[in-house]
Amino acid sequence: MNEQAIIQDENEIVLDVYGITKSFSDNHVLNGIDLTVRKGEVIVILGPSGCGKSTFLRCLNCLEDPTSGEIIFDGENLADMKVDINKHRRKIGMVFQNFNLFNNKTVLKNITLAPTHIALKELRAKKIKNFFIKIGNFFRKNKKELLIIEKTKKEIIKESNDNAYALLRRIGLEDKANEYPSTLSGGQKQRVAIIRALAMNPKVMLFDEPTSALDPEMVGEVLNLIKEVADDGMTMVIVTHEMGFAREVATRVIFMDEGVIGEQGTPSEVFDNPQNPRTKQFFNAIL
Amino acid sequence: MNLAVKWQIFVSKMASEEYIILIFKGLKTTVKIAVFGLIIGIIIGTLVATVKVAPKYKLIVRILDKICAAYTAFFRGTPMVVQLLFAYYVILPLLGIKGVDAEIVGIITFGLNSGAYVSEIMRGGITSVDKGQFEAARALGLGYGTAMIKIVIPQAIKNIMPTLGNEFITLIKETSVLSFITVTDLFKAFKTIAEANRNYEYLIPYTILGLIYIVLVLIITLLVRIIEKIFAKSDRKAESPKKKAKEKVNS
Ligand SMILES: Nc1ncnc2c1ncn2[C@@H]1O[C@H](COP(=O)(O)OP(=O)(O)OP(=O)(O)O)[C@@H](O)[C@H]1O
Ligand SMILES: [Mg+2]
Repeated sequence: MNEQAIIQDENEIVLDVYGITKSFSDNHVLNGIDLTVRKGEVIVILGPSGCGKSTFLRCLNCLEDPTSGEIIFDGENLADMKVDINKHRRKIGMVFQNFNLFNNKTVLKNITLAPTHIALKELRAKKIKNFFIKIGNFFRKNKKELLIIEKTKKEIIKESNDNAYALLRRIGLEDKANEYPSTLSGGQKQRVAIIRALAMNPKVMLFDEPTSALDPEMVGEVLNLIKEVADDGMTMVIVTHEMGFAREVATRVIFMDEGVIGEQGTPSEVFDNPQNPRTKQFFNAIL
Repeated sequence: MNLAVKWQIFVSKMASEEYIILIFKGLKTTVKIAVFGLIIGIIIGTLVATVKVAPKYKLIVRILDKICAAYTAFFRGTPMVVQLLFAYYVILPLLGIKGVDAEIVGIITFGLNSGAYVSEIMRGGITSVDKGQFEAARALGLGYGTAMIKIVIPQAIKNIMPTLGNEFITLIKETSVLSFITVTDLFKAFKTIAEANRNYEYLIPYTILGLIYIVLVLIITLLVRIIEKIFAKSDRKAESPKKKAKEKVNS
């Protein structure tokens, strides 16, 4: 094992996946996948079309409910129907092949919608709780302390907007803040989608073929942004067909085949010296 | 009787301003009941459609779904007149409610009836919105309701604007059955005029009535167009080629 891998073994575990399976009626797409994602890792998943890469990624934030298995995130099993999945999804960013920017919202609103909504909801919940504590205190001898409200509604909205503008500035699309997504190019859309996910301060980001729907001349700008975010230390799981990018950015490459992990290792291990005949076959077919 | 005489009779009737007032009152009632009916219809229809498209894991959703299905089947399966008569002459006495304005009964019945149709329209609108929109909202940690209200339903409403316009037109025309429950709508107003002074002369009043309906429908059509235009703002496909070329130079 090389030095980098050893350092990463000591890093905290962000996502721990045990024996994930997923079937659509009698189509068994995932057949038992284990994966431990540590902080700072950039895991690239490769594999032939239809092998279940998207399905696996979508299981990680329960956009698809796994048929069996466990996904441990923040000390809870996301596959358990009882956990508050919304709370955890906020910390798992996802970037889709088709961007999925909200068509009915401006670029700025696309970025601020979720953070603002969630912060305001928490504020409301706190205020309601305080209201009941106050009523209780009326009868209590030793008064209970009120929850501290750090930010007002105004401050929450302002902070969320400022943060969005800072992110837009970073990708050079500040002037598009009040435009609708339909006026953006594909590359711009995907970069906005990436910062929309970033605005939630996720612990891990999932990318499902983020450049597959792009015109070739726009692939570069999106890959560069992903690389930048990775260099900042973001933990990532990326499904992509961009082999050069995978080699450059990945700390670990996973080859998936028929719903299981066929092979994994560092980029050089997997790309230069694949052990699994199916991996070799895959590389021969695409190169 | 020739046309000139008929016209003479109509004009003499209209000389009494009470009938002018009656027409405006009828027009107001027709528009009022159709508008409020549609608003209630959109609210109910949206709620029902949301239940119809919701995943059916939970028992409560399955129960609600059955209730919604029964509701839709009833209101789409029976004529509006029957619903109005039933509400006014059966349900109200049955509940022992007295002194309710027939117009209120009209609005509620129109709303319930329209809700059944709008729920089907809205369901179509919701399914026409790209699934990715909902998934992106959920992936950001927004709940089912928030994702629907903030993202999916606004886009669905945009998609179904023309169909909602048709629903409004239907409601406007259907107000003509309100006279069955003693409401004076536009139709009732002209019927009263036609039969005034025991001088039963229908041709001119009903022709004018028909023309007023046509004008109303044309106005609604125009309004829907305008609203669609406003909505289309968020849908501007690509900017002008000139602006695009400029951007390329800049970048
Ligand atoms: N919602 C669904 N319902 C039924 N079958 C599905 C569904 N989603 C995926 N599948 C099936 O699961 C299998 C794997 O699909 P998936 O999209 O995960 O593959 P993939 O590896 O991402 O392929 P690609 O490289 O083409 O994106 C396919 O056979 C597909 O038909
Ligand atoms: Mg895929």
